[in-house]
Formats: sequence, structure tokens, C-alpha cells
Amino acid sequence: MASPRSRVGLFVTCLADMFRPEVAFASVKLLEMAGFDVEVPERQTCCGQPAFNSGARHDSAAIARQTIEAFDGFEYVVGPSGSCIGMLHHYPELFAEGDPWHQRALDLKSRAFEITSFLAQHLDMDKLSSSFKGKVTYHDSCSGLRELGVKRQPRELLSKIPGVQICEMEESETCCGFGGTFCVKYPDISNRMVGNKSENIRATGADTLLAGDLGCLLNMAGKLKREGIDIQARHVVEILADMASTPAIGEAEKRS
Amino acid sequence: MQIKSPEFKQNARIALQDANLQRALGNLKAGFPQKRAAAVARLPEFDQLRDEARDLKNHILEHLDLYLEEFEKNVVANGGTVHWCRTAEDARKKILEICKDQDAKTVTKGKSMVTEEIDLNDYLEKNGVTPVETDLGEYILQLRKDHPSHIIAPAIHLNIEDVADAFHEHHKRPKSNDPAHLMREAREMLRKHFVAADVGITGANFLVAETGSTIICTNEGNGDLTQTLPKTHIVVSSIEKLVPTLEDMTLFLRLLARSATGQEFTVYNTLSSGPRRPGDQDGPENFHVVLVDNGRSDMVGSEFQEMLRCIRCSACMNHCPVYGAVGGHSYGWVYPGPMGSVLTPQMVGIENAGLLPNASTFCGKCEEVCPVRIPLPKLMRHWRDKEYEKHLSPTSVRSGLALWSFFATRPKLYRLFASVGNRFLRFKAGKKGRTSKLPLASAWTDHRDMPAPSGKTFMQQWKEQNR
Amino acid sequence: MSKADIFNRIRGGLHVPSDDSARRAAVKARLDARQRNLIPQRAQLPENERLRLFIDMADEAAAELIELHSAAELVGTIENWAQENGIAHLVTASDEQIKSLDWSGNGTLVLEERVAQVGDEASLTSAFCGIAETGTLMLYSGQESPTTLNFLPDTHLVVLRASTIVGPYEDAWQMLRQATDGSMPRTVNLITGPSRSADIEQKLQMGAHGPRRLVIFLLHGE
Ligand code: SF4
Repeated sequence: MASPRSRVGLFVTCLADMFRPEVAFASVKLLEMAGFDVEVPERQTCCGQPAFNSGARHDSAAIARQTIEAFDGFEYVVGPSGSCIGMLHHYPELFAEGDPWHQRALDLKSRAFEITSFLAQHLDMDKLSSSFKGKVTYHDSCSGLRELGVKRQPRELLSKIPGVQICEMEESETCCGFGGTFCVKYPDISNRMVGNKSENIRATGADTLLAGDLGCLLNMAGKLKREGIDIQARHVVEILADMASTPAIGEAEKRS
Repeated sequence: MQIKSPEFKQNARIALQDANLQRALGNLKAGFPQKRAAAVARLPEFDQLRDEARDLKNHILEHLDLYLEEFEKNVVANGGTVHWCRTAEDARKKILEICKDQDAKTVTKGKSMVTEEIDLNDYLEKNGVTPVETDLGEYILQLRKDHPSHIIAPAIHLNIEDVADAFHEHHKRPKSNDPAHLMREAREMLRKHFVAADVGITGANFLVAETGSTIICTNEGNGDLTQTLPKTHIVVSSIEKLVPTLEDMTLFLRLLARSATGQEFTVYNTLSSGPRRPGDQDGPENFHVVLVDNGRSDMVGSEFQEMLRCIRCSACMNHCPVYGAVGGHSYGWVYPGPMGSVLTPQMVGIENAGLLPNASTFCGKCEEVCPVRIPLPKLMRHWRDKEYEKHLSPTSVRSGLALWSFFATRPKLYRLFASVGNRFLRFKAGKKGRTSKLPLASAWTDHRDMPAPSGKTFMQQWKEQNR
Repeated sequence: MSKADIFNRIRGGLHVPSDDSARRAAVKARLDARQRNLIPQRAQLPENERLRLFIDMADEAAAELIELHSAAELVGTIENWAQENGIAHLVTASDEQIKSLDWSGNGTLVLEERVAQVGDEASLTSAFCGIAETGTLMLYSGQESPTTLNFLPDTHLVVLRASTIVGPYEDAWQMLRQATDGSMPRTVNLITGPSRSADIEQKLQMGAHGPRRLVIFLLHGE
């Protein structure tokens, strides 16, 4: 367990900032529950992945330097996204060995964690309490799963919540077709992939779709809504922090 | 073969709407991944073998020149000849020359992707030598004047009706839609070619330096008939297929079939070491190994060296959701799927490869299953770096990125930009919580709704709470 | 010249120093040592389990397997098998094991020692050894064992002595090197079950271009 008053810097992620503040608030709540002091450094923006994956190394390096500086001095850096934290783990690739920034990037990498894997390690899970009730299905987002080994941690955490019944979908590890800029560069292919995904989600009979990455969630929620499938999409921390009373992603303000 | 990679996006759109293709691709998804998973589950040491295979390949590549020397020396000692070909053109010419020396009229061919890469069939045909593909899938494609869409299941894009039509047209026999019947028919038709051919051409899965041997791994036995019956056997192989010893080859054999088809072992693993020996009653009298470089030596020592570990098992494409959606022909050249998106730019030039390295969500599944642990997403990203450097990426992408980076590196401005965007999206959505149409975002909203932000940005709210 | 060009590029890429004796030594060591890589546990079972594994794996690969307890039963068993399967003609290898068989009983099977030809129904050969790991047979070419016998006929009958069944492939390579004084035969065939293809709609069909049936006569004892 954490020594009291360890400082965690929250990496908000641009999508949580813009689309789903609840996710960041839920993360804060959970991290505090685990005994950490949580701070939100002002100088953070986005992890730089769109530039990195589009070959714009110069821009990604500039963003990386900014992020590294923003999170200097924190014992841990935690974010509600496997993809963005995965990007932080790529930072050392942006600097030549010997460049002081390379060492600083390695240092950041060693302190940067995806929220569910961090909680699984540092939170006394019996403290979790949530009034949420429902059948949920869990999509394993690619970067979290394959770059950071996030698979059992969210499920372990969810298993502590009495109202949650997990119904696994077919191919939960198959990409939803979001892929950052991929979904707008190759809309037809992305559409096929998210179409397959929503079919697999629907087939579980779950009423809630959970995942640990807002990019994938916006994509899947948008598709479910477009297809008129009545399944609510939420980030897993909303359930864990008992903050699922607000409308789900892409839902109208008041549901009857 | 004409390079159609720049049309990937259009090819993909057509492929997605092609109901027959989609039906055929369904066979792939239902087959290979499950079979591989089952085979892997039966071999607890599988991942350790992968580590050893990766390390061994790295050792080989670091000493490639020396192993190539050793291989050549031993092929010659066995009575064979090695031909070195820097380009596809060199290789085509050399193979034709060997055929002409033998006065060859027809050559039988085992399955070989390198001969696709160097566009051998067209060239032989134009020069009066008739190639006959003997692998069932390749044979079907040859009748249809088609090309492989997959490196080990070349006709995966076809349905049985397509095969039945092709056979009916070319064999002039009553039509049948029974796969067993079709295979018998092909077996019968190809027998006479096996015997009549003057030259047999095969590829190689590995080249063994220690013994000067080449090995092919096949299930049908066509490769064996191709190389045993004609007077001359030509092995066409690329230079990175070298392994030091039989023991080392064995390491890769344990991985290959399991990764490819999910078999425990390929039915026929056949080593060839030179021509017929004194007293032998069968086997070829001449044995040639044509070694093709075609851009590979330039990869040695480059950021793409790891790609040379590839053993052509096809696991990366079998598990790729993009490949599974659009099929191999969409990629527009010989090698499809993730491995193709790395190799094609190297072989045809990045300026001719369209934006193939972008045709991936970087989901990482390919790297997860690759038996020699090639970091395919990383290598594709290296190509994206080069595209960006060379200004090959579309201007809209470049200027969009530049604008976005401008904001992302100025936190205060970024906050402002985010809150304006946030307000705009909430305004568009009204009370619905989502929009179905957005200016400049049709690529998204044509297919799915855009969820609206659920409130002010987090940073605004956090500030307001004074924390 | 192409070769020099290729080598220059490789050496340039690797930044090979002018004195590359260390690399040469590493390569020589690897070639001489013929070191074994990781061998799966499955391939290292005690003898009786190894035999069982061979039988199971061969069966899984769709080979047919008939067990015999002495060489004396071989001729009768093959004749019976041929009769039951309507086979009247057998082309055979001419190795010692096959040559030593006494067919002088009142069987009607016609035998011919020669290479295989198109149209041959069945062949009979000896396996050099068996590999339990995957139920694989190793055969190699020589004056008395033409390769076509393994591929051209519709049915391939193979005599395999149980005593020659090894666990992993590595043991087979070692046996091969001993048997051939370290020189590779022109061809070595590792055969695991009969020919097949799934090239039409990924549906597995047996008997593509090689033998449709592979029958192993497994000889215990001796
Ligand atoms: S890249 Fe890896 S998975 Fe793909 S074909 Fe090559 S070895 Fe197989």
C-alpha cells in the first residue's frame, strides 16, 4: 500500500478533458481513496500520440518535453487511458541515447501507470463501494492490453462490486477500429471494425459497455447509438468510483 | 506485377462491398487464428522458442555475409551452383538463362512468394517458357490469371464457385462444386505436367549453411514432385533465409507450422542438397540456387533490419483486423497485411507504396503473434516518419497536425481552444447528448454519432473547484 | 558483380571492421557446435511414453498405423492389407530390409523394385527413423531408396522399426549424421501424414499431389 502523502500527478488525457470530465474526477476520487495526494499539473495538454503515429517526430518530441517537465517531481503519473500512458512509455524512442531528455523520458516512463493497473497494485480493493447494478461487458483496448498488460486488473476491480455482472464478449481483444487518426483516414475500414465490435457487444446481452480508453469508447458508443442499440458506454472508473449516475457517453441529459 | 498500393483506400472500399470476397474472407477468420491458438496452447515452451528464434535471427543477420559464404561453399561441394542476383531483373534473367540452357519448354513451379516478387511467370512466358503452378491454390489463380492474396493461402479470396468455373472452363469437364472432386481433378491434370516439365522451380523456407541444403515445407507434396521429376531443379530464395545448422533450422520449424496453419508440423519438410548422386535412380541432374537480394541488403543495419527476421508464416495477416476486412489484394502488391506494409515500401520505393504503412490501427495484434517477434507497428511507424520527412503524407493531414501541435505545445492557448471546442460540440448536440452530423467530421459522422461532451472541460471545472 | 555488390552492402550496413576475425570465430563456433536450441518437454519422454506419443501424433496427422511384433509378420500383414484394399501391385525400394522380405508364399501381390511412375497404386519403403514429437517419419534418398516412391504413388507404405523412434528432431539429425558419415544425402524427407490441401475455401481435403494414404507398419522388438 502507498505510503501516506505520496504525490500522484494525474495525466488527464485530452479526451477526458474535452469529452468526459467525470472520468478524470473519478480517477482523482479513486487515487485519493488509495491514499495519494493528487495534483493536476497545468502544463499538460495531450500525450502527442497523433503526431507520433503520423511520423511527425519533431512535434512529438516537443510535446514529450513539455509533458516530461509538467510531471517532474511526482512520484507517480497516472492516467485513465492505456493508449496515452502507452505513449508516455514511447517517449524514450524520441530522443537519442545520450541526450539528457532520453534519460528524463526513461524516468517518466518508470513512473507512468494506467489507472486500473495502478489501482490493482495500490488500492485496498475492499474499500471499493459502488451502487452500480448491471450486466457489463468489457472491451480490452489495444494499447493498454498489449503495451501495458492491462487485462485482469479492471476485471479484478470490478469483481469487488456486488452489483456488477460481467458478460464477456466474443473477441474482446480485437481492435474496435478507432486507431486514433485511422478512423478518419480509413473511415470505411474503421466502420467495418466498429460494426463487428458493436455486434459482439450486442450479442452479450449486457446493458453496459465498459473500457479503459475514451477513444475506443467514443467510437463504440457512437456506433451503438447510430445503430439504435440501447447499451450504455462508460469508462470503467465511473463504475469503480460510484460515479455512474450521470448520463452515459453520448446519452441525452435525462433518461426516462 | 503492377503496383496498385497507392489505391489502397479505393481498393478497400470496393473490397468491403464485395459480398463474395467478404464471404471468402470469413473462412480465414474462422480458421487460422483458432487453430494457431490451439497449437500454441499445446506447446508450453512456445513463447520461449519465440525468444530463441528472435535472438538466433538477430545473430544470423549480424553475420549474414559469413553464413552466405558458408552456404555457397557447401552448395558447390554438393555439386550445385549458386547465383547472386542484386535485383529482380537480375534474378529473372538468370532463371531464364538456366531454362534456355536446358532448352526448357515448360517448367513446373512449387509455391514461392519470391518468384511473385520478381514477377517471374510473366517474364518466362514472354520469353517462350511456359510456367505451370502446381500448388493447388496457385494453380487455380494461374487459370484465372489472378495473383495470390495471402502468402500461404493464395486463393483465400475465392469461393468454391470461382474454382468450379475456372476448372470447367479450362479442363472442359462437367462442372462440380465438390471440393474433393475439384482437388482430384487438379491432381489428375497436373500429373502430366510434373512428368513433362524440363525444369522445376521451388522456393525455400530456409537455407542451411552447414550443409548447403535448402528446405521446403509443404502440405500437398507438389513441391516435392516439382523438384524431383525434372532434369533441373532451381531454388529461388531471398538472402535472409539462412540458418546456421540443422539444429537451428529445427527451432524455426517448430514455430512455422504452428504459427501458420496451426498444424503441429507441415506434412512434407524436404531438404535438398545438390543434384542426383552417383547411382541415384531419380532426382534432378542439375541443382541451382538463385539468391535474390532485391533491396534486402539495404535493410541490413537500417531501422528495418528486424523485418529480415520474417519467416513468412502469415500469422500477422491472419490476425490483422484490417487484412480480415479488406483482403490481400487491396494492398496492391505481392506482400499483404502488416508484413507487407513494411516490406512493400522497401521493395517498390516509399513513393510508390502509397500510404500502406498507415493502413493499420497499430492495435499490435500482429506483433503479439509474430513467431520471431518483429515489432511490426514500430517498423510501420518508421515508414510514416519517412513519409512525413519526404512530404508524402497528404497536405490536409500535415497542416491539421501542424495546427494541432501548435496548440498542444502552448498549454494556455490549448485550454482556450479546448473550451471553445467543448462548448461548440455541446451546442451542436443540444439535449440529445450526441450529434449525427458535424462540419469537417463526416469521416466520423457518416458511420457513427459523435458523443457530446458531458459538461465543461475538466480543466475548467477543476479550476472552478479551486483545487 | 552482383555478389560483391550484395556483400558490400551487407558489410557496410553492419559496419564490419577490417579485421573481422571475431565475427568469423563466432560463426565457426556456431557451425561446429551444432548446438541444440530449446527442446520441448514433450519430445523428451521416456521410451515407452515416447512410443505412445509417436503413435498418437501419427494418428492425429491422419497416418494409418499397423503394429507388428516381429519382422516375420510383415509380409503376411502387407499382403492382407493389400488384398483388403484392392491393391495388386507394389513398387518397392531396394534397401536391405525390404530385400530381405520373403514373398515366396502364395500371395498374389506383384512386386517391382524401381522408381515410381505416374499411375503407380502403391509403394513400399523403409523409414530411416521416426520422430515422436510430431509423429514424423524421416526417409532419405540413396541408390536403394528413390525419392519418387515417397511422393508419386497413391498410397505409401512405410516400414518403421520402433527401436528407431527418437523423441526430438535433433536426435534424428544426429542419427543421420552418424549413418551418412556427416555428408548430407541428396534429399531428406520428413513426412507427417498423407498429402492434403485446404486451398479451396480453407476446407481440408486429403490427397492433394502426394500420397492420399500413408500407412506405417510399426515393427516392435528387435
Ligand atoms: S512478420 Fe512475423 S507473423 Fe508476419 S509473416 Fe513474418 S514471421 Fe510471420
